[in-house]
Amino acid sequence: MNLDRRLLRETRQATPSLLAVALCYWLAGVLLVGQAWVLSQVVAQVFLEGATLHDVMVWLAVFAACAAVRSALVWCGQVAAQHLAGAVKRNLRARFAAQLIALGPAYAQGERSGELATTALEGIETLDAYFGQYLPQLFNAALVPLTFLLLIAPLDPISGILMAVTAPLIPFFMVLIGSQAEQLTRRQWRALRYMGAHFLDVLQGLTTLKVLGRSAEQTETIARISDEYRRRTMAVLRVTFLSALMLEMLATLGTAIVAVEVGLRLLYGSLSFRHAFFVLLLAPEFYMPLRTLGARFHAGVAGATAAQRIYQVLGMPIATPSVEALPAVPRITSVAAEKTSPHVFAAHTPIHFADVHFAYEDGARPALRGVSFDLLPGQKAALVGPSGSGKSTIVQLLLRFIEPQQGSIYVGDVPLVSIDPVWWRTQVAWVPQQPYLLNASVVDNIRLGRPDATIEEVIAAARLAHAETFIRELPEGYDTLIGERGARLSGGQAQRIAIARAFLKDAPLLILDEATSGLDAHHEELLQMSLAQLMHGRTVLVIAHRLTTTQNADVIWVLSGGRIVEYGQHRELLARQGLYYQMATAYGPIQGIA
Amino acid sequence: MTGTPCRLVRLIMPYVPRMILALLVGFATIASSVGLMATAAHIIASAAYHPPLAALQVAIVGVRFFGIARGVLRYLERYLSHQVTLRLLAHLRVWFYRALEPLAPARLLHYRSGDLLSRIVSDIETLEHFYLRVLAPPGVALLCAVLIGGFIVRYDTLAAIVVLASLLVTGALLPGATRLLSRSPEHQLADARASLAAALVDAIQGLADLLAFNQAPEQHTRLMQLNDHLLQIQARIVRLAALNDALGGLLANLAAAALLIVTVPLVREGRLDGVSLAVLLLATLASFEAVAPLPAAFQQLDNNLAAARRLFEVIDATPAVQDIAPASPQPVDYSLEVQALRFRYAPDAPLALDGITFRVPAGGRVALVGASGSGKTTLVNLLLCFWEYSEGSIRLGGYDLRAYRAEDVRRLIGVVTQYTYLFNGTLRENLLLARPEADETALWHVLETAQLADFVRHLPDELETWIGEQGVRLSGGERQRLAIARVLLRDTPILILDEPTANLDALTERALWHALEVLMRGRTCIIITHRLAALEGVDEVLVLQAGRIVERGHHSELLEHDTLYRRMYRLQTALLA
Repeated sequence: MNLDRRLLRETRQATPSLLAVALCYWLAGVLLVGQAWVLSQVVAQVFLEGATLHDVMVWLAVFAACAAVRSALVWCGQVAAQHLAGAVKRNLRARFAAQLIALGPAYAQGERSGELATTALEGIETLDAYFGQYLPQLFNAALVPLTFLLLIAPLDPISGILMAVTAPLIPFFMVLIGSQAEQLTRRQWRALRYMGAHFLDVLQGLTTLKVLGRSAEQTETIARISDEYRRRTMAVLRVTFLSALMLEMLATLGTAIVAVEVGLRLLYGSLSFRHAFFVLLLAPEFYMPLRTLGARFHAGVAGATAAQRIYQVLGMPIATPSVEALPAVPRITSVAAEKTSPHVFAAHTPIHFADVHFAYEDGARPALRGVSFDLLPGQKAALVGPSGSGKSTIVQLLLRFIEPQQGSIYVGDVPLVSIDPVWWRTQVAWVPQQPYLLNASVVDNIRLGRPDATIEEVIAAARLAHAETFIRELPEGYDTLIGERGARLSGGQAQRIAIARAFLKDAPLLILDEATSGLDAHHEELLQMSLAQLMHGRTVLVIAHRLTTTQNADVIWVLSGGRIVEYGQHRELLARQGLYYQMATAYGPIQGIA
Repeated sequence: MTGTPCRLVRLIMPYVPRMILALLVGFATIASSVGLMATAAHIIASAAYHPPLAALQVAIVGVRFFGIARGVLRYLERYLSHQVTLRLLAHLRVWFYRALEPLAPARLLHYRSGDLLSRIVSDIETLEHFYLRVLAPPGVALLCAVLIGGFIVRYDTLAAIVVLASLLVTGALLPGATRLLSRSPEHQLADARASLAAALVDAIQGLADLLAFNQAPEQHTRLMQLNDHLLQIQARIVRLAALNDALGGLLANLAAAALLIVTVPLVREGRLDGVSLAVLLLATLASFEAVAPLPAAFQQLDNNLAAARRLFEVIDATPAVQDIAPASPQPVDYSLEVQALRFRYAPDAPLALDGITFRVPAGGRVALVGASGSGKTTLVNLLLCFWEYSEGSIRLGGYDLRAYRAEDVRRLIGVVTQYTYLFNGTLRENLLLARPEADETALWHVLETAQLADFVRHLPDELETWIGEQGVRLSGGERQRLAIARVLLRDTPILILDEPTANLDALTERALWHALEVLMRGRTCIIITHRLAALEGVDEVLVLQAGRIVERGHHSELLEHDTLYRRMYRLQTALLA
């Protein structure tokens, strides 16, 4: 019944709330019995004993008081349930976010990123209804009818037996019909999903349809598919609604049978009126929690479904080789880093790739198949190669988003894996091809490079990146919000923000992912000037897309299929007439060869 | 009738008879449980007098009847109301599409991002439940109130007033007040959710950047702060909603107590018999079921009105192009002539095109180059009749473009852009969009010409292979070849290529130009591309900057001098594949 064990374990976050929920709902149930008893007293006294209003006034006051206390309990129960849900959601979201960070960008990038964000937000929000409504109702359905039975059975065993027999039929039929409906849905799943998504598909492709001259006639298609969707959905619902039918039928027939049975025994004098009336008052309330549970059933299913995906992500293994398993090497930590000036450390130490292998998707998609090279201090090295040749994997390895699966990367004599990644990343500045801009102000986006930078330092970095002019033109200058809910920056502008970040960070090792260019010559000139200045005095690894970059590089590594197939300087490589030559000449005659 | 509620009501008009039927069944469902409790009370109270069994027979049959009726009616009610809901969905989709279609793409520019389109879809899904969640609950409650009021008033007017007043407070005043109180926290809730969503997207999509700058832990902290803020607001809203529930329950009980206070003296005075007292009490308690779903209905009303308002806003735009031509002229040839064309997107916007003049003879080729924002795509939009130009003229085949019906203009022009949209469906369906009556031979012929036939032959189901979101994913090159095949199928005399090779790698791009070359043969072509090396065989190259033609001439001529074009060309050829 959608009782995900893992979800239940989450309630340990707020055991007192859980107990409070159970207690409130249970006490409210007990009070309900009290109210029914008082009410049956009042009616019996007035009806059979000729009591006056004055006589029963006390009872009525007790009844109202019970009602008031019960209302308070209902309130407390719901608030406690929300508290429980909040605690669980908080904890899960914290773990989920931490897990995503631990899994790294290799996992959370591309098409998956949207779905992960939805799971982290909507998926976890679904649990609100699970813990806030479904679970309390489950308690209610388990505790309250049982309490009623315990109280009714001694007074009227026959009614007690009747209720005890009919009640379990409700969940039984619900599960039976529910699984039938589920099977039916699953069989139709693809068709239903397609038809459900059809409308969005047409909206997204509207311009295409218009250009093809097919947009007007889509009205009929939409009508036809929506109609087909309705017919198929109703076929499923016809079965699904059977559970509602059974639920209502059992609950009302249960009440009806109890009423007739109690009435007949009253008729033959084997039961007193006040007991009979009492039982009648309680009968519908006895079935009520089970009926409400039926209404909350969907929240249970939705929560359990969302939980599947959440735990799937939480259960993903994090592929970081443990440092302890490595041969004994001095472990450089941030403590050690304080003693070593960053520039002294990385700016004067070569980086050595020794037969590095890496494959994505558990080895299904090899990216690097034995790459070895030396990046010497102060060197400008260029990586070139067709898309998918392994260039970005090398960058990801250097940024420690992933670790080599075979072979090693050394910084001087020290294996990179033994260096604390947090400290290591203080040594590396990275300018990606498509930098991500946070949903924050321009100044905060540049400050990513150094969070404690003063505004003057930020402006100086922006100036060096030639970003100053366009930032000043934004509605609120440096304080302008950018991203989804703020101003949109062009690709070139985003890039200059990233360069400003790198200036601000001022790290000895620079990793640069060159953008393929547009046709804006002016912008291009500024960009080249900024980059030249940024590269000055640093060790640079650049994924190159421009001949001007490779012409000035100290060494070019040409990658293909995860291996370095050629290396050398621009002219040497041209002379070889190999892959580099092909790439350099792909866009027309070669310019700039002296 | 201009307000959102009125327009919404007009929209659902055709379904009113079905809704009334569903409403009546819904009412009968609750009436059955009131009936069940009332007859049950009647049995028990009468039995207390120990009458002969026969005296109870009618009531016993009644109890059974109501017991069964309620289940059956509930089933019927759900069935009917979901029928209405789904019919309404189909109706809303068609209605909205019909209104939207003339607006595309000019008036939908802000809606280009998928999120906004998804919002439209979910707004329609909200409205789909307009009957079920907004109209039905108060309708049923009202009918039930009439029933119970009419029933009690036969015994005593004051008692009826007491019960009706309690129903009114529980069903309308209390939820209404709760709505008013929770409106401000709900606005905050929406903001808090949006902030958390933005921070989550930052954390996921920007993870590489955050990690590289060692800012991931800080982002985690920020996330948790936003999360706590969200939880606080949610807790406030739940406290209010719980108060509504608690008070609603209390009111039902107080109604029962008040009813007793009014009726007990009547029993004493002999104006009401004891059996009726029990019946009235249980009927009253049962009738509160009718008002239970009203708080949710109040909330849904807000959501539905907001959704409707957003949808009306989208479709209330006037189409950018009004078709006034009754019939299109027969073009003399397929030449295009643009004369002193000026255009701006809005009266206060800068000129997107500022005096453009050029001519493409039938079968000729003209290229437009320039940085993004220079006006190339604007010109295409005007040629395709997506926008109306005000100054200058465009002539197609000797007639002004406005003399044609927009549809007929587009029938003459084939387009390949960098955004080839593929619909969820089979490859064949995606091709047939271009010409539904095309036969097997024609399909394979264009696939051959687009150099896609081999690829299709190797697919598991050939032409029946599912593509799009739920099917086989095509590479960028394959998508573009499919777009070429579509245009080949349509066989239009005029062709517009708008960056057909953007975002493709150099080798794919080169191969694609071969296919495009075949496509261009014998057609009047306008070519927009950043791949300047492809423009050698073009009759005239126009270099655009800020809406003006700043340079024009043949590719080789332009390269001979110190032109902007030559600088662009250098930039371009200095690229590595």
